Amino acid sequence: MSLLDVSGLTVRYGDDTVVDGVDIFVERGESVGIVGESGSGKSQSVLAILGLLPGSARVAGSVEFDGQQLLGADIDTLNQVRARRIGVVFQDPAQALNPYVRIGTQLAQVLISHGLAGKADAPARVIDMLDKVGLPDAASQYRAYPHQLSGGMRQRVMIASALIAEPDLLIADEPTTALDVTVQAQILELLEDIRDNTALLLITHDLGIVAGYCEHMIVLEQGRVVDAGQTTSLFAAPRHAHTRSLIAAAPRVDRGEAPIAVAGKTRLSVSDAVIDYGNLRAVNEVGLTVRESETVAVVGESGSGKSSLVRAVLGLVPMVSGRVVYAGEPLTGPVERRSLAVRRDLQLVYQDPVGALDPQMRVRDIVAEPLLIHAPRLGAAERRRRVAAMLDLVGLGEALLHRFPHELSGGQAQRVAIGRALILDPSVLICDEAVAALDGTVRDQVLELLRDVQRETGLSIIFISHDLAVVRSISHRVLVMYMGRLVELAGNASLFSSPRHPYTRALLDAVPVPDPVAVRKPPPLRGEVPSLLHPPAGCVFHPRCRYAEARCSAERPKVRDVEGTRVACHLAERLAL
Amino acid sequence: MSIMANRTITISLGILLGIAAIALLGPWVSPNDYTSTNFDRLLSSPSFKGLHLFGTDDLGRDQFVRTMLGVRVTLLVAIVASLVSLIIGVAYGAIAGLVGGRVDAVMMRMVDTLYALPFIFFVILLMVAFERNFLLIFVAIGAVNWLDMARIVRGQTLSLREREFVEAARLGGAGMLRIVTRHIAPNLVGIVVVYVTLTIPQAILVESFLSFLGLGVQEPQTSLGALVDAGVNQMERASWMLLIPATLLAVILLCFNFLGDGLRDYFDARHTS
Repeated sequence: MSLLDVSGLTVRYGDDTVVDGVDIFVERGESVGIVGESGSGKSQSVLAILGLLPGSARVAGSVEFDGQQLLGADIDTLNQVRARRIGVVFQDPAQALNPYVRIGTQLAQVLISHGLAGKADAPARVIDMLDKVGLPDAASQYRAYPHQLSGGMRQRVMIASALIAEPDLLIADEPTTALDVTVQAQILELLEDIRDNTALLLITHDLGIVAGYCEHMIVLEQGRVVDAGQTTSLFAAPRHAHTRSLIAAAPRVDRGEAPIAVAGKTRLSVSDAVIDYGNLRAVNEVGLTVRESETVAVVGESGSGKSSLVRAVLGLVPMVSGRVVYAGEPLTGPVERRSLAVRRDLQLVYQDPVGALDPQMRVRDIVAEPLLIHAPRLGAAERRRRVAAMLDLVGLGEALLHRFPHELSGGQAQRVAIGRALILDPSVLICDEAVAALDGTVRDQVLELLRDVQRETGLSIIFISHDLAVVRSISHRVLVMYMGRLVELAGNASLFSSPRHPYTRALLDAVPVPDPVAVRKPPPLRGEVPSLLHPPAGCVFHPRCRYAEARCSAERPKVRDVEGTRVACHLAERLAL
Repeated sequence: MSIMANRTITISLGILLGIAAIALLGPWVSPNDYTSTNFDRLLSSPSFKGLHLFGTDDLGRDQFVRTMLGVRVTLLVAIVASLVSLIIGVAYGAIAGLVGGRVDAVMMRMVDTLYALPFIFFVILLMVAFERNFLLIFVAIGAVNWLDMARIVRGQTLSLREREFVEAARLGGAGMLRIVTRHIAPNLVGIVVVYVTLTIPQAILVESFLSFLGLGVQEPQTSLGALVDAGVNQMERASWMLLIPATLLAVILLCFNFLGDGLRDYFDARHTS
């Protein structure tokens, strides 16, 4: 008998079927991954299993846990099973923890309410558990409130609370999606190490995570299971076309062809940029150049200053010092003071396409607005023609012209945003995590669109991303930032095959590879990014660097050239990474 | 989605328009008028005899015509007062939110100061200082109600100004005028419309309260509040004099509240997915 036996699970909202006859089996101690794009019904399935769907959902089928039917069970039965026998970790630990209760008290409550410990011995067991999940100084953190912990630490606390009652099954719904890649690697490793004989049901959009951490996998598409089986055999021989396209669309950081380097004129250059927010230095002496027809990626974890850097280039945040030169002319001052010609040439695409489009305007007006500003004498007919041509270029039909942004899918909205940015024929396009919110296949289409436009118009692209696998496939050169500083700046091929900085190496090693037979590397970094308010002395990376020497904590490394790579590390020549 | 697809909006708007239509046409159709007294029929209960549908008051005046007149005055006060608060509040709030910084701080501290004044006292002072004037009631109520509107519009403007689509327009070269007229104003409409429908009942209540105190409209003019006041005095002998205007007042208030709720749902559903 399976530990969890879900059969024919169906979830409907009115006439809308979001989960359609899904079967899920989880044996004791095994790990099963559910993958699918957004809207595939993976989260809805999990909520249905747990009995957490809203009242408007109609659920049918069977959910047997250890022989006990959970579907339609009364709330007391469900509460006995949930937390005691099924632990759950959600995507956002900030929302899953009560902000007004100390984390230790929250965990102790789980033990006490299930009769697993008395008031007297609960704290000791909680501290023991917090210690196991890698919370430093667990005894004193027992009294911490959730807001006093970082995102990664909060997720550790969530895992502790899910596992403290020693459940038979742990359900984790996108447990690392909100976390930085080096922290993600630590959490995934922790999930695997700590669960002993607990079975794991892991929901994710990332095939790399399934490939590395799940024995079995289930592929969902539009509420239906299209493929299921052993992870290794499914990757080797996917049966369903959707599985094949998912695997094909999953970018790989460990291999790939580097786009051919370009040697055009320098179009935009930033030198020694310094940006402060109050007494916090977000960007510290970073420089960057972009040539014609070139894509330069800026990568780094949250707080690395990558967004601040480009916002300063655009004139959205002031620089304390440093220079921005565009087409031979210095750019200074806020965006409102810059000439219309410059504002036409530099365009930005945001991460959240829906937020970047005016909710009260139709698609045609959104795309036409830059024309109204920059070419007011254009006739209405000509403007309509150009808008239609632009929508065609970004792959949207005329049917969308009259839609409002909320009537578009994420991918469509992002194409509209790109269309608005491209309609003035800019020379530099800045993409701030522009594909981070998109599903794999849609993301590939958008990237392909950017490549096409670049080939035709010689567009320069600054591509900000935390996703190194995507960066590998699109960028000519890559700038790696850490705590507001330049860590390494190199061509695509040399950065991905022979990084010069230990932090770059760590970032590369932390990305899960969508290939179950690839050798999985241990989490490359311990700990988390220090506070920008109190940056470490010497090299800002030294507290987390496994190669650090005495010199690294004393002396700040200068950015210098090592075999064509700009790198800030004392040991760059000596290390073989 | 058509706005009429929302049942709350359709029903409450229908009832309000119905009441308004009867209030406009009723006195014109009725053989009675609101000033003439009839000492043969003091405090008679509602009947078709003489077409005193709502009975008569203690002076023998027809209650139906007087009630309809009260509805007219009440609705007029509500709408004019709301318009006054709308115009002052939106302009003041939008300027504070858009200009921001020091100007915003000074403007909003002034609003805070005005909030601190006991406003009923303020209205009563106005009434006493100036002659009792029909128009003054509108202005007094509107001049007090705009504070909430200004705060709401300012907060909304501030948050809109920071939204990415406004930043995108700035990057695209849009000037202040275009940002205000094309991006900020259209996104304010929803919340302003909703808030206006919610201030109307407030204005009605204030007017009724003032009339109840004897500070509102003066005889022989009347309003629902004044009618309720008169009804209270006669409630043991002529319950209809209290019940009919009070019920109408309640229905009108409820309809405006439901209309506001419906509009809020409508704008939410339209612009958030």
